[in-house]
Order: sequence, then C-alpha cells, then structure tokens
Amino acid sequence: MTESITASNISVSYSGKQVVSNVSFTFAPGSLIGILGPNGAGKSTLMKAMLGLIRKDSGTTQIGSQSIDKVRKLIAYVPQRSNIDWNFPIVVKDTVLLGTYPKLGLFHRPSKADKAWAEECLKQVGMQDFADRQIGELSGGQQQRVFLARALAQKADYFFLDEPFVGIDVSSEEVIIGILRKLKDAGKTVLVVHHDLSKVKSYFDELILMNNVLIDAGPVEQVFREKNMTRAYERPMTMFDDLEVQM
Amino acid sequence: MEFFHDLMNYAFLQKAFITSVMVGIICGAIGSFIVLRGMALMGDAISHAVLPGVAISYMLSINYFYGAVLTGVLTAFSIGAISQNSRIKSDSAIGIVFSAFFALGIILITKARSATDLTQILFGNVLSVRDSDMWITLVIGAIVIATVALFFKELLISSFDETMAAAYGLNTRFIHYAIMFLLTLVTVASLQTVGVILVVSMLITPASAAYLLTNRLSTMVVLASFFGALSAVIGLYFSFLYNMPSGPVIALATTSIFVLAFLFSPQQGLITQMFKSRGKQDAAA
Repeated sequence: MTESITASNISVSYSGKQVVSNVSFTFAPGSLIGILGPNGAGKSTLMKAMLGLIRKDSGTTQIGSQSIDKVRKLIAYVPQRSNIDWNFPIVVKDTVLLGTYPKLGLFHRPSKADKAWAEECLKQVGMQDFADRQIGELSGGQQQRVFLARALAQKADYFFLDEPFVGIDVSSEEVIIGILRKLKDAGKTVLVVHHDLSKVKSYFDELILMNNVLIDAGPVEQVFREKNMTRAYERPMTMFDDLEVQM
Repeated sequence: MEFFHDLMNYAFLQKAFITSVMVGIICGAIGSFIVLRGMALMGDAISHAVLPGVAISYMLSINYFYGAVLTGVLTAFSIGAISQNSRIKSDSAIGIVFSAFFALGIILITKARSATDLTQILFGNVLSVRDSDMWITLVIGAIVIATVALFFKELLISSFDETMAAAYGLNTRFIHYAIMFLLTLVTVASLQTVGVILVVSMLITPASAAYLLTNRLSTMVVLASFFGALSAVIGLYFSFLYNMPSGPVIALATTSIFVLAFLFSPQQGLITQMFKSRGKQDAAA
C-alpha cells in the first residue's frame, strides 16, 4: 500500500548559491509526476535532495507520516545515464539483478528466485535478448530500459527517474512511458525529471514546475499554463499556445 | 629448475614464496576495486604515505605494521578533508598530502636507520622476509579475502552505481574509507615484496589487465589476483637467481602481462580488433 509523498521547505546550495529554494509540495499515492523547468532550474538537485543523496540547507521528505530514511527499501532511483560508468565489467542481466540487492541485506546472495525475477523484469522492458551483453554495448534507449528493469526488480513503491528520456530512441521512450503508466495504475508513485515540453500533457498527470523556486505544483491542467510557464522559463512562451492547441 | 629445487629445501625461500603469492592475490583483489572506482592515484598516495609510519615504528622499535596503518589511514582522511571542505579537486588534494607524508617519511627513515633500510623499504627485498612479516601478510591476506568475499555485493554496487547504493541506504562514505583501510593493509603487506614505490604497479596493472579480459567483476577479481600472484613469483625467481631487487622485477612482470592483454584480449585487444575489422572488410568485399 503506497502513501502520499510530501516535500517540505527543501533548500539546497552549491558553493553559496541557492539552486533549490524552499520547495514544498504533496502528492496523493498513485501519481505520475513530472518535474519540469529550464536547464539549471535545480530539478535533478531537488530529486537528489528529496532522497537525501546530497546535503540540504533545510527541508524534509515524508512518505505518509514517516521520514524517507525509514522507507529507503521501498524506493527505486534511476540515475541520469551520464552518471554511469558504461565500461564497468557487468552484463545486462547482472545489472538488473542489482535491483534485488536492497531487500537481500548483508551476507545474502541473490537466489534462483531472485534471478528468475530479474529475468522477468528484463522481459517487461523487452531486453531479454540482450541479457549477456556488456552494458556499454547497448544504445542509449536500451541502457535506459535496462535501468528501468533494475528499478522494477526492486519491487519498490516509489520510483524516482532522473531525465530518463534524454537521448533515447522513440520505441524505447514508448516502452518506458508505458511501464511508468502501468506502475501508476498499480498505485505506485512515480516522479520523473523531464524537460521536453512537447510531451508533458500526454505523459504526466501531475507536475512540479520550478526554476530554483517552486512555480506551481498540482494537476497538469492547473500547472501547465502560459502564465506559469512564462514565469518558469523567464521568457514569453509564445510557442506554448501552439502546444496547447496540439494537445 | 634449480629454483624449484631450492624452493623445496630452503625455509627462507619458502617464506618469500608464500608471502609473494599472498601479496599478489590481495593486491589483485583490492586493485580491481581501486581501478574501477577511479582511485589509482589514491592507491599510489596511500602506498607512499605509509613511509613515515614505518620510520616512526623503527624509532619506537615496534612492528612497522602499526605505524604504517596509522599514517595510511591518516592520509586517507586528510585527502578527504581537503577535497570535501575546499574547492581543491581530489587529484590535487592527493598530490599535496602524499608528497608531504612521503617527504617526511624519507627524512625520518634516514634519521632512524641506515640507507640500506631505505632502499629495501622503497624497492622491496622479498628474500629478506622474516617469520613475522610472513605472518602479518597471511593475517592481512585473510582479512582482505574475507572482506571482499563477504561484502562482494556491497562493493560491487557501490563501485558501479554509488547513487543507487546510497539511495537504498548503504553508507557509501563508510565503504570508501573501508576500502582505503584495506588498501593500507595491503600496502603494508606489500612492503617487503615490492616496496612502497612500486606497490601501485601490483595494485593497478594486474587489475587493469584483468579488466580488459572480462565483463564480470567476480572474474576480474580472480584473474587480477592470479596475475598478481604470478608476477610476484616471477619477481621472486629473478631476484633469487640473478640477485635483482624484487620490486622492479615484479613491476615489469605485471607490465608484460598487461601488454599481452592489451594486444590480444579477445574483445578489447588492439591486434585482435585489427584482425576483426580486416575480417569484416573481407566479408564485405
């Protein structure tokens, strides 16, 4: 059973400059949430700060009434592709198997059942034919699918994805968004750092719009409006009208 | 063959042999993680920085193990403190700290003992391994092998994807310092065999050769350990038969293995790839 997710007053500074400033929001369980904003808006930083992966000036993240530190094993995080060493000596199936590690605890090796489950997750993203390839031999989209499979293998309730759609092919993008929707329908909460404005309405139900400060957070129809967008992107969003017509 | 005959008959040679093999194994194992975590320079730093600890131990007539571990750990923390609390990048922090420790070590050693001791510590003399050295090496070896085996999962994930490891609650900073501590132990164990200057060749080169040969971390660790042990035995052989310093011979042995892997690795090898691309061209023609 998933619970609501709440960020309160999150602020982060890099060498004296505040890149995330006093951001708060709350979302009900079973939401597919996009974190949107221009380059340098602090989207990835906000996500990392929520997860406690970087030092915050202030703020807390709560799952239901608990601190996020208490429920770490329920969280799956998919990092930006650029943060991974693609030359690491690891093949696709073993990468997905890493997803079973959090629940194994110390001294336990993955069992046969764990391996079968990892294989199942690999199938869900359509990458089973690449199981024995070294991860660097894959295309960007395939790599992203493998990392999503790893997140699925974690059997998590809360999914955090940092720019999963950057530099990937159309079919991989479709596979990934399809799985994220399924997760949402199953009552999971999914947060996605995103910056391609053209897909926002078709991908997400909820949005966090930010540019260092929070501009707005809530349902897409409420947040994804010209006034908000102009404030976030600090320029008139003329093409924005076209986008809305398109949708 | 004379070497093997003598190996059966001389206790000092057996001690040297056992020590060398163990040093090769643990250098390969820890070296694999050092290579993958991009900490080669850190390996070099820690190995040089144990020198003042060794000198102080001599002065206090205690086993060099204690002093070396102390200054090794101190180095790891100093480097961490500088790079985390200032704008200095970690490679510069490493350079600043280890050159200071190494310089201090050389001054202390020349004050404490004769120049022969300095040469031995710097370049290794595997034939002078004493009982106590062998036992220290074996105990360190057992600790290192047990740690790598028991925490392989955690070492793998934190080396591959530190953010995921941290996200699910592993203390990645603790793991970093634990590896630094193991690295210090391995360096201490290697003092007699390769010497402080060339420990880095045992740490980095066999692991790099293994890295070119496999896509599995567990295989890489085993291969690197094998290459390390092989190089150490080659070093012992030459220093026994031709009276050469063991450290440099071991270093060159690791290099030879690396060059072979670099040229002929089935997937990564320079020459292998040349033949592969020629084969493809032929097929296309």
